Amino acid sequence: MSSSVSRPHGLLAEFETPADVMNAAIRCRDAGFTKWDVYTPFPIHGMDDAMGVKKSQVGWFTFVGGVTGFTTGMTMIWFMNKFDYPLVVGGKPLFTPLYAFPVSYELTILLGAFATLFGMLFLNRLPKFYNPLLKVERFKRASDDRFFVCIEATDPKYASEATRQFLADECHAAAIEYVEE
Amino acid sequence: MATAANAAGHGAGKKGAHDPHDAPPVLKVYDPPKELEREPLVLNNRSLGWITDTIAGICEKPMPKWWWPAFIVSVGGMGMMFSLVAYLISTGVGVWGLNQPADWAWDITNFVFWIGIGHAGTLISAVLFLLRQKWRTSINRAAEAMTLFAVACAGIFPVVHTGRVWFALYPGFLFPVPNANGIWPQFRSPLLWDVFAVSTYGTVSLLFWYVGLIPDLATLRDRSKSLLRKLGYGFFALGWTNSNRHWSNYEKAYLIFAGLSTPLVLSVHSIVSFDFAVSQVPGWHTTIFPPYFVAGAIFSGFGMVLTLLIPLRALFNLHDIITTRHIELMCKVILATGSIVGYAYGMEFFIAWYGGSPYELYAFKNRAFGPYWWAYWSMITCNVISPHLFWSRTLRTSPLFVWFVSIVVNIGMWFERFVIIVTSLHRDYLPSSWGYFTPSWVDVFTFVGSFGLFMTLFLLFIRFLPVIAISEVKAVTPQADPHHPLGGAKGHH
Repeated sequence: MSSSVSRPHGLLAEFETPADVMNAAIRCRDAGFTKWDVYTPFPIHGMDDAMGVKKSQVGWFTFVGGVTGFTTGMTMIWFMNKFDYPLVVGGKPLFTPLYAFPVSYELTILLGAFATLFGMLFLNRLPKFYNPLLKVERFKRASDDRFFVCIEATDPKYASEATRQFLADECHAAAIEYVEE
Repeated sequence: MATAANAAGHGAGKKGAHDPHDAPPVLKVYDPPKELEREPLVLNNRSLGWITDTIAGICEKPMPKWWWPAFIVSVGGMGMMFSLVAYLISTGVGVWGLNQPADWAWDITNFVFWIGIGHAGTLISAVLFLLRQKWRTSINRAAEAMTLFAVACAGIFPVVHTGRVWFALYPGFLFPVPNANGIWPQFRSPLLWDVFAVSTYGTVSLLFWYVGLIPDLATLRDRSKSLLRKLGYGFFALGWTNSNRHWSNYEKAYLIFAGLSTPLVLSVHSIVSFDFAVSQVPGWHTTIFPPYFVAGAIFSGFGMVLTLLIPLRALFNLHDIITTRHIELMCKVILATGSIVGYAYGMEFFIAWYGGSPYELYAFKNRAFGPYWWAYWSMITCNVISPHLFWSRTLRTSPLFVWFVSIVVNIGMWFERFVIIVTSLHRDYLPSSWGYFTPSWVDVFTFVGSFGLFMTLFLLFIRFLPVIAISEVKAVTPQADPHHPLGGAKGHH
């Protein structure tokens, strides 16, 4: 080993069923941990409440993206067909929101969709290509058929031995592993 | 399981309670009758691990023997299409059979045909999601892939039909790019709305598909043995860890994507129909077009989903995930949308007579009994008669028969677009300008080649990506439910 001292990332507890991990999540929430997370191969219904996670804010990104799209569409068409180079075609008005609507409608959806994707990634702090958990062999099953809870060392309530005890006795973890940063 | 004992004790024997009724303190709850129980979405009580192994296994193991011949034939078709497109661009649109008065023929027919096919994928991924139709999870990934590849095929035709394609793309007659003359595209035309509708549709479908893929790419990353696969899947998985704090935002984003894609998919084929309905041509100028086009698009799209998934299910032994019930439900969608299409055909004729315009009436008489009668009656046979075979449960549950009908539906829907476009154009107001369109060999082989492009993309999709949404299928199994005994729930339930 080199001179670098390995810093702790946290304690990883493995569970075999959704019910077990749900139960563990409720106990972690009630124990007052803040820097911790549950890892499951699919979203489990009711887990947000069990963890005390607040409602997702992705919708605001979509709203801003959608409004931007609609405004862009209307402004662009007004600028191009009425302001910058007015051309009469078929005796139709140079600008009316009616004919500008289909394109603005599509742009609302287009920019709304981009904002949703990037908003979701931003809120999740992704992409993130280094994560200590991804080095743990057993954690590979988090995307297969196992369920995990990780309490991070940065949590104010984290205390190596006591937390391990808590995960084993109160959460009934099937296995517990110490994870390095 | 049958008796809910937890009802006992509540309110019973409290001071100052209501007068005692005859109701017993414990309610007896009966199990639902056998015939009301739903068939599970994944058969044979498969475990979560089995679902991962089966689906991820397809793109991890070497492809079966049929893959390479199928791929080579598809690439050949794709090469043929691109060669003919090059021939068209270098020579001019005269290599096609279209000419006055039928200036639109196979090009726009193929465009509407392919874009319509895409609609089933979005319907499955978005509309069925909003309607909480959990059976969609087994088929949405492949159907969305089909959408993308169909949109790719569709996009080629309107671009190359402009003849001098470089004008369409660069100086901004389609996309508003500033050009030397300072002229902007004119947005009063539905053709320009179509540019925005189709390109938005392709882009949003891609984003939605990718969002759905992220957790599955993480699964493939975690299972990778080789460094190349680990890096490839790892890069696109963006470092996904299946964290619940992430799932929370992810599920919200997924719901919003479904909410955005639903009005999108309805608008796309409506706007495609405006290409026709906003014009003055008899046979095109009708208000029924938007709903009728959308129904037809979903009808043809489900045809194509079945054409692709029935062989896929058999070749990769996916019978426990794509069950007979899934096929039956898709047949019911075909039956419903096919009936709407049949109704629209009838209503068009009624309005042509009732509306009192002699040109309109002539256009419809000409469709059914004029020189293109063979196309019209092919369309009626395929689209009006064949879906009604699905009233029979025996026929709906026979995969081979369903597969055959799904191809018939696709042929019928191609004819529908041909009938709408060519029979309306070839005889309009002025009899001296009437004509008869015949396709050239370039028309025919470009269209045939577009199936090569479609299949090439689909075969690559099977080779490299999970054909079924792994995490979504897991989520609808009983072992994913923390309140179900299979999900580890303890206690009296």
